[in-house]
Amino acid sequence: MAVTSAEQFPAQEQFRPRLSIRKVYGTVFTAIGLVAILVGLGMLAWLLLDTLVTGLPWLDWQFLTGFDSRFPARAGAKAAIYGTAYMMFFTIVVALPLGVMSAIYLEEYARDGKVKSFIQINIANLAAVPSIIYGLLGLQVFVRWMELGRSVLAGSLTMALLILPIIVVATQEALRAVPPSIRDASYGVGATRWETVRHHVLPYALPGILTGNILAASRAIGESAPLITIGALTYVPFTPENPLDRFTVLPIQIFNWVSRPQEDFQGVAAAGIIVLLVVLLLMNSVAIFLRQKLQRRF
Amino acid sequence: MLRMNRGGRWALVFGALVSLIALVAVACGGDDDDEGTAPDGATATPTPEEVREPDNTAELAKLKGEIIIDGSSTVYPVTAAAAEEFRKYAKDVRISVGISGTGGGFKKFCNGETDIQDASRPISPSEVEACKAKGIEYIELPVAYDGLSVVVSPKNTWAECLTVSELKKIWEPDAQGKITNWNQVRDSFPDKPLVLFGAGSDSGTFDYFTEAIVGKAKASRGDYQASEDDNVLVQGVSGDENALGYFGYAYYVENPGKLKLVAVDNDNGKCVKPSEETIKSGEYQPLSRPIFIYVRKEAAERPEVQAFVKFYLSKSFTPIIPTPEVGYIPLTDELYAAITKRFEAKTLGTLFPNGAEVGATLDRYMK
Repeated sequence: MAVTSAEQFPAQEQFRPRLSIRKVYGTVFTAIGLVAILVGLGMLAWLLLDTLVTGLPWLDWQFLTGFDSRFPARAGAKAAIYGTAYMMFFTIVVALPLGVMSAIYLEEYARDGKVKSFIQINIANLAAVPSIIYGLLGLQVFVRWMELGRSVLAGSLTMALLILPIIVVATQEALRAVPPSIRDASYGVGATRWETVRHHVLPYALPGILTGNILAASRAIGESAPLITIGALTYVPFTPENPLDRFTVLPIQIFNWVSRPQEDFQGVAAAGIIVLLVVLLLMNSVAIFLRQKLQRRF
Repeated sequence: MLRMNRGGRWALVFGALVSLIALVAVACGGDDDDEGTAPDGATATPTPEEVREPDNTAELAKLKGEIIIDGSSTVYPVTAAAAEEFRKYAKDVRISVGISGTGGGFKKFCNGETDIQDASRPISPSEVEACKAKGIEYIELPVAYDGLSVVVSPKNTWAECLTVSELKKIWEPDAQGKITNWNQVRDSFPDKPLVLFGAGSDSGTFDYFTEAIVGKAKASRGDYQASEDDNVLVQGVSGDENALGYFGYAYYVENPGKLKLVAVDNDNGKCVKPSEETIKSGEYQPLSRPIFIYVRKEAAERPEVQAFVKFYLSKSFTPIIPTPEVGYIPLTDELYAAITKRFEAKTLGTLFPNGAEVGATLDRYMK
């Protein structure tokens, strides 16, 4: 049997493995990817470290329970922490039901057609509108026309508008991820559309919906531009007592401290940033926790 | 599903870890403070001796209500300090102070949305019209002076006095890239590079300096070391023999050994250095100006507003105005007395019918 491999497999003559070169490509790509992620993480680490080093000496009980002051050692974030908490509460109370119900309607009820695709395109567009525009809208509609003044409620409603499109889009994604077979099975045993949504689609999509909502809320918590537009205040030595009270929030308070001339206020501002970061991370952890907890049921 | 779960679990662990670190950090922060890393309240807050307790403390403690203040970022430190001090005596009066700028603040004020307006210039004729259209009447009260100082390094031997025209030549937008040597400013100055330090474009100091020197707010060359943090400017100017800078007068007072004041000649042959006296007397021009609050007439009927405004103009607060945390120059005692009378008499309207004037003095309030 003197048949060479070339006669047996003619194509193999053209096949040049160049294995070493191909492996080099792979290594180079891995290296580039690694560098890219290290740049990102390095910046984050630097930022966190810088903030922690500057801010930690100023972060004490007095800082969390005192009001703002012209003396760095007495300045506290109480009004801003309360303001942020109140605002987020009302924002979620308004935005969550509206956003989730809009998404359910669009995804489960609305007939495909020109109207739906028009609405769909506009929701996607709204999600990309700069936040300051929502501030202007809030100023005109809530502060002026509805005469809510520069209150927690006006701020919350503006923020709710801001995150509504994000919630709708995220909820739709979650609903879309529910396998059609589940709906078919439900209809197959005679369930109505409402029963299908209520008992099968919603529970299955809930982890995704909650995650989307909490991430949207995390965006609202760091926003300052719309609130500056509607007139959230700077020096507020009291906590809001009702939804129509005046307020300030952490991002605005931090911005104000950074712009003060005394150098010590940079430390106070950094302490404010740490508080904001902790609140944000806690919210995100809750999102992840809820997702984990609920996902195991399916 | 399995992969998603794994990713999720990692994220959970990561999130928990980060939160834990943050919480531990918060706890440590408290410890650090106990060790005295941050100055404690008592030593950081010296109260000037002239500060008098208000003689109506019992009344003040009973006051309740809300005061909404908004307006200039320049006046903000003074009003916020007044609110902070007032709160020591009147705990139940809820005063909030916003920053919308003088113009933005007047829009809200003339719409009846605020009780007191902070203004770094007198109300303008168009704002007078806007207030009139809405039926808003107001009491105009100057509260302090804002002064800017032009400084060089103590090593600089030639710059003693600069005229406004020379300053304009240095700072106007056309100077960018052209006026780069001291001998271009004045022939007798040495052949040395001109190193400039100034306020960042977001500050009221920048607006005011450009308006007073160049003649148009925000018109400035861009090729200079700009900082919102005046301490950075102090450092920069003090270390460089060729440097010239400008910032709030309070910062010079804080760092007299590190800087040399330049007298300013308002193109009339008289060199004037800024000092409490020359600023109060109106001699130091055009780089000093009065700052104001405007009280809405209806608001001025309310006892908590009356108490706050009187406190603002009284010896219980005015000695705090020149302290470093506030950094402005108080009016004379006679002026404060006259202005308190003006408030008590509820004298409406403005004494600046043409709006902002460069070189405005406050004699008119004495009559």
